[in-house]
Amino acid sequence: MDALEVFNSAKDSLVSNRLRSTLTVLGIIIGVAAVILLVSLGEGARAYIKRQLGDLGSNILIIVPGKTAKEGGMHMGTSTVRKLRMSDAALIEKRARYVEHAVPIIIGTSWIKRGNKSRDTYVVGVTGPYFEVRNLKMAAGRAISDADVAAARRVCVLGRTVKRAIIGPYGPLGDSVTIGNARFRPIGEMAPKGVALGFDIDDVVFIPVTSAVELFDTDWLFNITVKVTSEDKVPIVKREIRKLLMKRHAGKEDFTILSQDEMISVMSRILRIMTAVLSGIAAISLVVGGIGIMNIMLVSVSERTREIGIRKAVGATNRDILVQFLAESVALSLAGGLAGVAVGVAIGLGFSYFTSALPVKIAWWSVGLAFFFSAAVGVFFGVYPAAKAAAFDPIIALRHE
Amino acid sequence: MPLIELKDITKAYTLGESRRVDVLRGVSIDVEKGEFIAIMGPSGSGKSTLLNIIGCLDRPSSGIYLFEGVLVSEKSDEELASIRNGKIGFVFQSFNLIHKFSAMKNVELPLVYAGVRESQRRETAARLLEKVGLSGRAGHKPPELSGGEQQRVAIARALANNPAIILADEPTGNLDSKSGAEVMDIFLSLHRQGATVVMVTHEPRLAEMAGRIIHIRDGEVA
Repeated sequence: MDALEVFNSAKDSLVSNRLRSTLTVLGIIIGVAAVILLVSLGEGARAYIKRQLGDLGSNILIIVPGKTAKEGGMHMGTSTVRKLRMSDAALIEKRARYVEHAVPIIIGTSWIKRGNKSRDTYVVGVTGPYFEVRNLKMAAGRAISDADVAAARRVCVLGRTVKRAIIGPYGPLGDSVTIGNARFRPIGEMAPKGVALGFDIDDVVFIPVTSAVELFDTDWLFNITVKVTSEDKVPIVKREIRKLLMKRHAGKEDFTILSQDEMISVMSRILRIMTAVLSGIAAISLVVGGIGIMNIMLVSVSERTREIGIRKAVGATNRDILVQFLAESVALSLAGGLAGVAVGVAIGLGFSYFTSALPVKIAWWSVGLAFFFSAAVGVFFGVYPAAKAAAFDPIIALRHE
Repeated sequence: MPLIELKDITKAYTLGESRRVDVLRGVSIDVEKGEFIAIMGPSGSGKSTLLNIIGCLDRPSSGIYLFEGVLVSEKSDEELASIRNGKIGFVFQSFNLIHKFSAMKNVELPLVYAGVRESQRRETAARLLEKVGLSGRAGHKPPELSGGEQQRVAIARALANNPAIILADEPTGNLDSKSGAEVMDIFLSLHRQGATVVMVTHEPRLAEMAGRIIHIRDGEVA
């Protein structure tokens, strides 16, 4: 029995039971579509994060207080560590080689008010170079300057969300807003930056870091953001900063230096694991679909017992029968796999076409993987029914009604 | 050399723990090429089992079976399948056609397993259907055919690979007398053209048309 004949026979048998075949492969269709969609969502999210963080400047090191157990982990903040101070930032900028800027950052939350409108927002104390380091553009007015910082001027730059909330989209910046208990003069409005990692970068107010020291009555820094001259110098700078700060901190390494690349790779790793776990769960439906195929193949074998007897009587070998039924289950699961690929890709492309809320990037390797996995399901769950059919005694099979 | 030699063929089934049924108890038969043999016997005498063994659908419990001088009892399942395909044409009482296939496709089936190309299969099947007087019915499926027509399709299928022997198990048992006579005529005409036919029947009228009658009773040649 040649391959073409096997294929035609499988096709005829499946087409003659169209409804049953369709219902049987539904599990495979759903499984394959789900795997493709979830992997594509995960890949989309990874690409999105890379792009977003890349937008926030490159060749950046962030020094946070406290030693985390592992490099690249999240800073949990403990009370016994020595905090980072303005002087640390100044020292780094002055002494470390290949450092373009070292920006001390203080972050607090506060109400910002104008007239009867107010908003609870993040207040970020920075120095002038921060805007360049973080690749932030102005939509109107000017950014915070070194002079503002030196004189601890009460000036602020509004993120778009904040400006809309307290002034409205088109109103002029005006003379003054109230942040906490102090009056600040708005000097500029940020160009919109959007949402990165669930954090609305436009929902912030920038003030000179020196004013933040007064506003929040602290000189403990949230972090020091360091811009390195070029990518290949990042490791050197990291070593130098570590040496400098340890000397200042009595030989104790009570800070952590993160690079943007590390943060991206950590996030990327987390997302990859999540994607793998989720698509693994989705793949369970492939297995369930496989059980469905096995079930229907067992029914089919028992319904066609007499046909098997006839085929054997006219010369079909056990292997011919095995191949025939295996071909049917593989054809079923492959058809389901193809339909699942079509459904998954269509929904994925639909998502990315109609909405930007979910970043979807079709991962073509997952399409291949899901497809071959579905074929494997067909073989795995088809072998038992096919072997059962092949093992029928022709005499008994011919007597079957 | 006879086409088929059976020596002391026995067949026993065990039913449950201890019940043993001896269906054949030492049957020895020779079939010469070109013979038309009728096997007769009451139901339960073992005549169908004997035919199944000759047709390589079943294996004897003991004894020697030579087909064209070759020992069949030691062949593997796959080799038996190949003998059934190429050397034996089986015609059953209940036709045993595949209902979802057309008459043509049913006749083609042995050719499929013989590895014959599709165009050639079509040609052979069409010729055989014409031979049994059914060229107009090639596209019909068995449920659309009368019993006599179905049995003639089955005969065409049995002839597909030009077998060395045609085995028929009560081929007219499910047919009215007119269709039965037509089917019988086909066997007789095949025999005249040189075919070897072994037919199981319990109708003495049909058996008498054969060249030789073998009576089986209680698993033995009477």
